[in-house]
Amino acid sequence: MKHRLWSLIRKEFIQIVRDPRTLALTFVMPIMQLLLLGFAATNDVKNVSLAVWDQDQSVASRELLDAYRNANYFRLDQYVDSEATLQQAIDSGAARAAIIIPPDYGTSLARNQSAQVAFIIDGSDPTVAGTALSAATLIGQAYGTTLRSQRLTAASAVNPLQPPVEVRTQVWYNPNLESAYYMIPALIGLIIQMLTTILTATSLVRERERGTMEQLIVTPIRPWELVVGKLAPYVVISFLLTVEVLVAGVSIFGVPIVGSVPLLLLLVGLFLISTLGIGLFISTIANTQQEAMLSAFFLMLPSIFLSGFFFPIAAMPTALQWISYLVPLRYFLIIVRGIVLKGVGIHALWSEVLALTLFAIVIMGFAALRLRKRLD
Amino acid sequence: MMNNLNAVSPRIRAADLRKAYGTLQALDALSLTVYEGEAYGLVGPDGAGKSTALRLLAGVLAPDGGEISLMGHDLRQNPVQARAQLGYLSQQFSLYGDLTVAENLQFFGEVRDMSPQRRAERADQLLNFVGLTGVEDRLAGRLSGGMKQKLSLACALIHEPPILLLDEPTGGVDPVARQDFWQLIIRLLSEGLAVVVSTPYMDEAVRCQRVGFLYQGRLLTEGTPQQLIAQFNGSVLELTATPLKRARQVVMTLPGVVDALTFGESLHLFVHDVEETMKQLPPVLAEAGIVLSSLRPIPPTLEDLFISLLDRHNVMSSEVRP
Repeated sequence: MKHRLWSLIRKEFIQIVRDPRTLALTFVMPIMQLLLLGFAATNDVKNVSLAVWDQDQSVASRELLDAYRNANYFRLDQYVDSEATLQQAIDSGAARAAIIIPPDYGTSLARNQSAQVAFIIDGSDPTVAGTALSAATLIGQAYGTTLRSQRLTAASAVNPLQPPVEVRTQVWYNPNLESAYYMIPALIGLIIQMLTTILTATSLVRERERGTMEQLIVTPIRPWELVVGKLAPYVVISFLLTVEVLVAGVSIFGVPIVGSVPLLLLLVGLFLISTLGIGLFISTIANTQQEAMLSAFFLMLPSIFLSGFFFPIAAMPTALQWISYLVPLRYFLIIVRGIVLKGVGIHALWSEVLALTLFAIVIMGFAALRLRKRLD
Repeated sequence: MMNNLNAVSPRIRAADLRKAYGTLQALDALSLTVYEGEAYGLVGPDGAGKSTALRLLAGVLAPDGGEISLMGHDLRQNPVQARAQLGYLSQQFSLYGDLTVAENLQFFGEVRDMSPQRRAERADQLLNFVGLTGVEDRLAGRLSGGMKQKLSLACALIHEPPILLLDEPTGGVDPVARQDFWQLIIRLLSEGLAVVVSTPYMDEAVRCQRVGFLYQGRLLTEGTPQQLIAQFNGSVLELTATPLKRARQVVMTLPGVVDALTFGESLHLFVHDVEETMKQLPPVLAEAGIVLSSLRPIPPTLEDLFISLLDRHNVMSSEVRP
């Protein structure tokens, strides 16, 4: 029995190694996704091009523009001098926002009157527009507060006035709000799910497609030995992939690993049971490798969108939030982000661990029942 | 059947096997027994249920009903012991193309629970037996069709099973390789193996000790090739004439001719009365402007029998239908 299992595992490894292209893809894919997610798919909005139409050209207007320039959110690289050129800058996409300072801005301020400034934002990309909007508002308010306290100080001739309430914000865990830090640990979950479901489903279906499954059935191999022998190599590969993503994340993007790596690996193991179970389940439904591949992709998209990988679950409609409870990646992302970024231990994650365990038992049991039926 | 073979217990005993795929009854009440040193040939047209029968016997498919016992082990009650008694060669090449010849043999030996030493000895012996010594390190997927079949045979025999099930083993294999393969089977039979082989080729069927003719999931007849040929009622005439196609149309109009089959350059006529037909035929052909080259009675072959059985069966089932 021990020998049979060992032969199955060895055979599977030989077959994996004899297909070097698939093996290379398996290990190159995470690096590619890491680079794409780290560099391209960033949600950080910085250096939004801002078109400036300064009709005032006074000291006061330049001070206001400096306030915007210094905040780093905007790049003031387009100066326009008419409504038409401003319109054109936004239409062509050369500028994503524009600020219009009226000719009487400086004089109004000098007379202690309220001065108005127009800020225009291109809303076609909601992510950029949202950040630009709040940045523009906050920078303007902050500058306004500074001006007001300057005026009051000048009027009362006492020490600089302090605002009555001051909110001091402090960002924990990811102080620079780097989205790469948030995305890269999550990538471990995504890659493991993608590769294990596709590889296990297709490798089992291949045995059936090529007729070798019938040869295995006439041997004394038990169904559970077949399953364990088939899955074991992918467990090993998944752990290697996890380490690969962690090492690449740290060395390329400087992702700080705050928590315990052994705990992370242990919980990767738990997550693996779920994803391998999904692959196994697919293999009991699909008749061809192509069908297996498509089924794995079919399950992949909801996992990406409902797991909180890109979009926060809390912002989704209630119905989708309920469905997201069925997505094992959801729990794993909380675990992996918690351990890597916050350094939390098992005590903070027990509900996710429990949910994953439950999912693993249900999907494995279900897959095993179906497999038994198919093998007779 | 009173037969002295009954004194020996059969290696395969299958009774009343039934299997349906949806509404299609693939196999209906098949019973067969196979003894030591005996090859049982299952013949029949495509879709007759030959593969289904072998897959049921191998235990890779569960029957809807019926019983199978291999060397006295009931396949349903003791699947592991029962399956250990058999080697199974499926119709499709079903080894690992990305493993070498030696690795395939090693793998199937290991999962059959053989000790490393016995496995290695047996692998050498089988490679020698099937003539694959020297290509141990070649990937199985790179072998020729005939070599693939021989490797499949070696893998099926690695654990020295007393029963061998072969599903159209020479499909897609060249005639020389077919001959080679049958020489191996004959040697295995002489060593006492019990073999069930399905085949669409009559020249392979006559090599079997017993033949069963399967049609639409039913065993129409069974027996030694001699017994079966003796069942043929009527006689066969071989006719050579030009043009052959026209000759066939003409002879089919004669009342004494049951059927006429084209065999290459000649026709086989199934007739009730040889003398009568031989008298009637030449003038009829001459009248139609057909040049008669030869007309002679020949002993019926298995193929003649099966065609005539099919004719009779189809006539009967069309009569049964409203």
